[in-house]
Amino acid sequence: MAVMISFSSVSKFYPGGFEALKGVTLSIDQGELILFSGHSGAGKSTLLKLIAAIERPTSGSVIVGQQNIGTLRRSAIPYLRRNIGMIFQEQKILYDRNVFANVMLPLQVTGFDTKTSASRVRAALDKVGLLAKEKADPVTLSGGEKQRLCIARAVVHRPTILIADEPTANLDSNYARDIMAVFESFNQVGVTVLISTHDRTLLESARHRVLELKQGKLVA
Amino acid sequence: MSWFSQHGHALMRAFRQLAGTPVTSLLSIIVFGIVLSLPAGIFVLLENLSEVSGRATDSQQMTLMLDTTARQADVELINTRLEALTTIEGFRFVSKEVALDELKQENGMAEVMHNLGQNPLPDAFVINPGRLPANEIEKMQAMMQSWPKVAHVLVDTDWARKLDAILDVGRLVVMMLAAVFGTALIIVMFNTIRLQLLTRRDEIELSKWIGATDGYIRRPFLYFGALQGLLGAALAWLLLYFMIIRLNEVLAELARLYDTTITLHHLSWRDSLALLLLSGALGWIGARGSVARHLAQIDQESSVS
Repeated sequence: MAVMISFSSVSKFYPGGFEALKGVTLSIDQGELILFSGHSGAGKSTLLKLIAAIERPTSGSVIVGQQNIGTLRRSAIPYLRRNIGMIFQEQKILYDRNVFANVMLPLQVTGFDTKTSASRVRAALDKVGLLAKEKADPVTLSGGEKQRLCIARAVVHRPTILIADEPTANLDSNYARDIMAVFESFNQVGVTVLISTHDRTLLESARHRVLELKQGKLVA
Repeated sequence: MSWFSQHGHALMRAFRQLAGTPVTSLLSIIVFGIVLSLPAGIFVLLENLSEVSGRATDSQQMTLMLDTTARQADVELINTRLEALTTIEGFRFVSKEVALDELKQENGMAEVMHNLGQNPLPDAFVINPGRLPANEIEKMQAMMQSWPKVAHVLVDTDWARKLDAILDVGRLVVMMLAAVFGTALIIVMFNTIRLQLLTRRDEIELSKWIGATDGYIRRPFLYFGALQGLLGAALAWLLLYFMIIRLNEVLAELARLYDTTITLHHLSWRDSLALLLLSGALGWIGARGSVARHLAQIDQESSVS
């Protein structure tokens, strides 16, 4: 399998001196599903943000696909992100439009025509079990449904990499298992899936590679 | 999606934004309209005045009036002398009878003339000196003055020149007002867009996450600015339109008393278009500045660059 993402001795310092990552080296193949574990503040979020070029490494190199995140031009970032689906703790659901329109956004941005978009949006909503609520106002959704909305939005443009930061935080364990199953189904069709979590049930049930971060360092 | 539909989509989003906040939008449009109507209004008045002055300077003319004792032979002598002058473009003879008829047709003069009984007017030559410089005309004026039986030589372009000079000052004032007010409108738009960006911050950050280019994010705001500028200019145009109608009503009354007609004209199609485009451009520039500044700020604060 081709290498999809590689970190070599990557460090990230935030202004003020906080060291989020210290010399992390790792390699992720295309089509892998990886769980990142560790306490909050261990550097999981930072690691995921580096892949999407939301943050840039202070030192070392992060390569995603063929592109070096550290030296990527600003104008190239949008095109990198179109290959990545992101689910972050801040969900950023837009409450001025319905579920369907929210999931439509990534396609609008990339410039899909309306007809193709509509069928893709429905496919994505169907996959996460929200098709019946396509016309609903997002305010009326439960916590788990909002999370599934975010997942649909992250996959609607068929990214090659899916990143989820604590996707099951604040959800009960049944929901957590459902959501994990959704991620696994994407992984089965070839999507590289990276999930950060400190959810015991996810980690224990997992048949997947688990990487543990501790104070910015990779320990396992 | 084609370039065209991308822009159509952005324009639609701008419209939606405009319609989504009708009160705020209307207020900004009114601000644009009122602020633009002052310089545009002065411009309209100047255009009307310069129409009058233009008619006068184009027909820059000298009038050579003969003594009332002049006979046919004297007229013919002057005629030959004028024909010999190569510097002038042309001339025509206006006999006292013709002059009287012409005068009778002027506003309000018929009655005055009737009361005079006898024709007080002299024979005259109306000379078109063409585009001669002022000092040449003065020399010619002095020369003609010395001809026999010539009573007066009048050069009646002075007032038109003065009016022209005043109009030039007026135009400069319009330019200055337009520059100052234009700057104010850019600032108004800058602030309007700033507020919009603040309320749509989540949407902007999300757009960056999902791979929107800066152009995609910027576009609806630029369209919004231009659109508001256009609507503001349209409002200014309408304001002026109604003001001119009202002014014409009052002027008609005034003119009736003087037995004449005065009608103000609105902006020409070309000037109307220029007003629209200029205002649209001001809105666009204000929006562009605001978006550039505040998107960079959002980038910095959320580091989603």
